[in-house]
Amino acid sequence: MGGGELPGLLVNEIGGIHGILHGHVALLKKHFYLITMKEFLENRKHMSKKVQAIYLWWHKPIINRELLQSLPNLKVIANSGVGMDHLDLKLVASFGVKMANAPYAVSSSTADTGMALLLASARRLVEGYHVATSPGMEYSEADLLGVEVTGATVGIIGMGSIGYKIALRAKAFEMNILYHNRTRRKEQEEQAVGATYCEKIDSLLQQADFVMVVVSLTPQTHKLIGKREMELMKPTATLINISRGAVVDQEALVTALQTGVIRAAALDVTYPEPLPRDHTLLKLKNVIITPHLGIKTDKATYMVTEEAVENILAALNGLPIPSEVLPS
Amino acid sequence: TKPCGRRSSSFPSLDPPAGFGQELPYVLIDCIGGRYGVYEDHAEFLKKYFHLIAMKEYLENKKFLSKKIRAIYMWFHKPVIKEELLQSLPNLKIVASSGVGIDHLDLNLLSRYGVKVSNTPFVVSTDTADLGMALMLASSRRLVEGYQIAVSPDTEYFPADWLGAEVSGATLGIVGMGTIGYKVAERAKAFEMKILYHNRNQRNKEEESAVGASYCKKIDDLLQQSDFVLLSVNLTPQTHKLIGKRELELMKPTATLINISRGLVVDQDALVEALQNKVIKAAALDVTYPEPLPRDHPLLKLKNVIITPHIGSATKKTRRLMMENMMESIQAGLRGLPIPNEVLL
Repeated sequence: MGGGELPGLLVNEIGGIHGILHGHVALLKKHFYLITMKEFLENRKHMSKKVQAIYLWWHKPIINRELLQSLPNLKVIANSGVGMDHLDLKLVASFGVKMANAPYAVSSSTADTGMALLLASARRLVEGYHVATSPGMEYSEADLLGVEVTGATVGIIGMGSIGYKIALRAKAFEMNILYHNRTRRKEQEEQAVGATYCEKIDSLLQQADFVMVVVSLTPQTHKLIGKREMELMKPTATLINISRGAVVDQEALVTALQTGVIRAAALDVTYPEPLPRDHTLLKLKNVIITPHLGIKTDKATYMVTEEAVENILAALNGLPIPSEVLPS
Repeated sequence: TKPCGRRSSSFPSLDPPAGFGQELPYVLIDCIGGRYGVYEDHAEFLKKYFHLIAMKEYLENKKFLSKKIRAIYMWFHKPVIKEELLQSLPNLKIVASSGVGIDHLDLNLLSRYGVKVSNTPFVVSTDTADLGMALMLASSRRLVEGYQIAVSPDTEYFPADWLGAEVSGATLGIVGMGTIGYKVAERAKAFEMKILYHNRNQRNKEEESAVGASYCKKIDDLLQQSDFVLLSVNLTPQTHKLIGKRELELMKPTATLINISRGLVVDQDALVEALQNKVIKAAALDVTYPEPLPRDHPLLKLKNVIITPHIGSATKKTRRLMMENMMESIQAGLRGLPIPNEVLL
């Protein structure tokens, strides 16, 4: 890039509730001239031509037609994380702007979250914590028994890179692994984790002790797990969702949990996030909810930004973008 | 080879319940139901094979019952066995103890009275290893804190800068590489963790390479390098307060201590201080001393501590298997047959 000036990178904010992490600023400033939305709005005339890239952090800034129209030199939008359901891919592409996500950094971390929730739910860790630390809590040990993880059957819905890493972990717990996916994985990949393909999701639901949902949110996966699917599950089964809240029919889930159609649920994602404070899911004893832990570790978040920087630089230099996302 | 004790619930080796005219053996238990007693459904099953006598009943009718009792079914360390009790049970042949730990038993005393002892060693291993992993993940990813944020009436948003620490790729130091420790290693390997271990004896090369574990002859080496230190030793005079002020100071300030062994393996007061002064980052304890802790204990108030109420083996299936194993041991002991899971001095 000539002229010695760094390309302008638009971000929502730095720090604060949903802002870029302070620890990542140095890395970004090394390659880009950082412009926050506030600065952009205060000085549109000057800033609008400078912005060549946008880095989305927790889905912000919101990308709409108005914004795209006001950024004539925008070349690429890089997303933190892997989910792209918050973006109108066709709209962005229509402006000749490329898009990228950050799939590699997230997989181990998100798989860990999935396993953490599976184990915590099965072994009733949160309830146990309350019993262990609450003053004068009356309980009977027989009522606090959990279900076994070792040797149980896990059904992984969505066997992308995150789903596969879950399978690798589950195998070490001697779990029987079933999976359902748009496409079947190669035989070697299946054998490496001892996973059995279920072409029909029903077959997986009927056999699994733990149903782990790891799909992208698309129009096809919206409310993928509803009343029908939950009724196919065993009454002793646990539903774990680390994908997107909208993949599960939340109202149907409440009913299923209250009536013993399934044993329990562990949700890292809901719709919306956070849930309204009076939502029934917050009160059910057999539900663990976590605040979208996903990839929330120092290491993973930093790797995500590193991946995004790589994608942006490739786009700005006219090179192939490592994790380009095309509108399908 | 499959260790003994891990069986399904059908027992071809056991005789069916006693027929007409035969009296069932009298077995002493603490109580049925309540907080820590024998589970109701377990008692229903045991009553087919034994005449269960609760401590309360025994004390009310000592004269008649003391000669009848031939076994004690010790469920989670109760009833407590003291010399006085042994003196008053002349026909006591066997004590079956639940779980793998036997630190609560005076083996010498029991031996002097000619009473045999059994435990349930292998059936608890996978559940306990699973709980060790559950605690490590929950602590590292701040699961309990996260849950509280997710359900708190005051929560308006989930802050982006609220982060945990990565388990995948981190270093796990296992102190005590017996059956349980080894199963933890097997699980941790799948998380691409670097595994160090300290044990009285080094495991053989095949065992080490199967889980990618490196032996640390000196516990100090393990403590200095680990992001997670997991304790899975037996409680013995040698492991009492194994982890004290010195050991905690050797650990990284970013490290987490996980205890699934016995509360007394850790110097609890030193641990409180270490956590308060950020000498280590966090602790996750399934065991404490005593259990439960007094309600005003500082450990209950620390944000960076997860405590669970000794649920290492607390699954329906495993507890059922433990009960069945204990029943088998008692039956064998009363018939003068080799006792499965006998604990020898």
